Amino acid sequence: MNIVVCLKQVPDTETKIRVAPGGLDIVRDGVNYQVSPYDEFAIEEALRLREKFGGQVTLVTLGPQKAEDALRFGLSMGADRAIHVKDETLLGGDPLGAAAVLAAAVKDEAFDLVLTGKLAIDDYQEQVGALLAERLGLPSVSLVTKLEIAADGKRATVTHDVEGGREVVEVALPAVLTCQKGLNEPRYPSLPNIMKAKKKPIDVKDAAALGVDAAVVGPGGARLTLVELSTPPPRQAGKRIDGDPATAAATLVRLLREEAKVI
Amino acid sequence: MSQVWIYAELKDGAVKKVASELLGAARAIVEQRGGAEVAAVLMGEGVGALAEDLGRRGIGAVLVADDPVLRDYRTEPYAAVLADAVKARKPSAVLFPASLQGKDLSARLAGKLSAPLATDCMALDEVAADSLTVTRPVYSGKARAKVRLTGPVQLVSFRPNVLPPVEGAGTTPRVETLPVAVDPAVAARVVVKERLEEARGKVELTEASIIVSGGRGMRGPENFALLEELASVLHAAVGASRAAVDAGWRDHASQVGQTGKTVSPNLSIACGISGSIQHMAGMGSSKYIVAINKDPEAPIFKVADYGIVGDLFEVVPKLTEAARKALA
Repeated sequence: MNIVVCLKQVPDTETKIRVAPGGLDIVRDGVNYQVSPYDEFAIEEALRLREKFGGQVTLVTLGPQKAEDALRFGLSMGADRAIHVKDETLLGGDPLGAAAVLAAAVKDEAFDLVLTGKLAIDDYQEQVGALLAERLGLPSVSLVTKLEIAADGKRATVTHDVEGGREVVEVALPAVLTCQKGLNEPRYPSLPNIMKAKKKPIDVKDAAALGVDAAVVGPGGARLTLVELSTPPPRQAGKRIDGDPATAAATLVRLLREEAKVI
Repeated sequence: MSQVWIYAELKDGAVKKVASELLGAARAIVEQRGGAEVAAVLMGEGVGALAEDLGRRGIGAVLVADDPVLRDYRTEPYAAVLADAVKARKPSAVLFPASLQGKDLSARLAGKLSAPLATDCMALDEVAADSLTVTRPVYSGKARAKVRLTGPVQLVSFRPNVLPPVEGAGTTPRVETLPVAVDPAVAARVVVKERLEEARGKVELTEASIIVSGGRGMRGPENFALLEELASVLHAAVGASRAAVDAGWRDHASQVGQTGKTVSPNLSIACGISGSIQHMAGMGSSKYIVAINKDPEAPIFKVADYGIVGDLFEVVPKLTEAARKALA
């Protein structure tokens, strides 16, 4: 079973976000980067399926030079190879553009399944998985928390989050699945695997190699553009409510009803 | 003159209240673009009668796609029918609730139409003839991005609770039928096998107007019963911090924060939650925050509108009692 995992390198979850002058980016100095956590679930699931069924796990990313670190991390978890779409003219586009680029990078691979995170924790778009599925003409299931592949490799039984609960669906393969927390516990790369990962192949591709037009799928063709970034107004500490538990509780209920008017 | 559409999502056979929230934004777009009308799109099997409910909310036109192939929500059949409708009728914008279904459907639709989509929006900032400017959270809520969507049709999903619901004058809506032509081979690619019982009737965390959450201070899974009880009095959803989820006390689906859900309720009651940067990112846009924690130095108190320093095992039962009395 050959699996493609699409991932994105993002500022790590500890990052304190400050807006850079100009308002179109965050301050990047001193920021540490990681594979977006939901993409790690995708890598882990791909590795488990390979351990069960054999085959190959291929990582794909669109990103600058430093995104190679994210690919190396995935390779050190155990993926076999990677494709790095590295082309300045393709960076800064919108989700439609990113999905078109990823689809171009993926379409000639022989794969049975495409896995990716439900969203990247920087832009929070939560749409690239579905856009990629549409581009590839494949079915998609979002927010997957459990995945079982049928013995013939033609269908998968998938549990995924729906409003207020969960649903079990059967999906024909190949398909694009977006991964949600709960699917698995991603492994940590072992030292020998980190060493091995340094020698694993990364194919670097640009717009020309993929046959995509940067004027369409790059920033120039974007239909969703950033106007301004800001940080939310800081919250102020409010009232401390004193007294014994019964008094404090009664006071709180009164304030929530009369002052905040939320209950 | 083109319409602005709102996707009338259903839950347990009824139209979700978020439809009334989307109506306000849809009307604002219609007014600024001059003269067209708001229409709601209703999809499913045997859903035609719900058009009246949309009329009562003040929506004058309802487009109904009613077909057995739409009985269960599935991405591709729904997106195919909606894409055909958009191509034929050319609305200038389609608004969705930023629910799990709304986000899944709008993304696939964006792909079919090559249309821009802004997800999870918190505000409609500007309306122009061929563009919309909206504000949405990025970096798990640590920052906000004002973004512009340009093109013949713009797709936007708004978070529940962030737009004020509009009570329109009730009307009998004009109902029109949308054609349903789904390739059977495409429809067969995903089959719904089972809806797990918990999906029924429960308030979805991202849509709840009140959330009661517990963290490490809950000490164990059994103690969440205290929060469930308070939540049932307040008609709230129960959430959890990452610490509580990683300890195995609560399901991942209830996690609020950076690797969980980002929520915007009217009221968030944090019990035994210290308030890490990751957790605050997920709930910082709550209108009101209440913190109950025995550690007076807990960072959560720096952002809470109301704070009670005390033992949650004493305070929460009293709070439930007081709320029950007040709301009786």
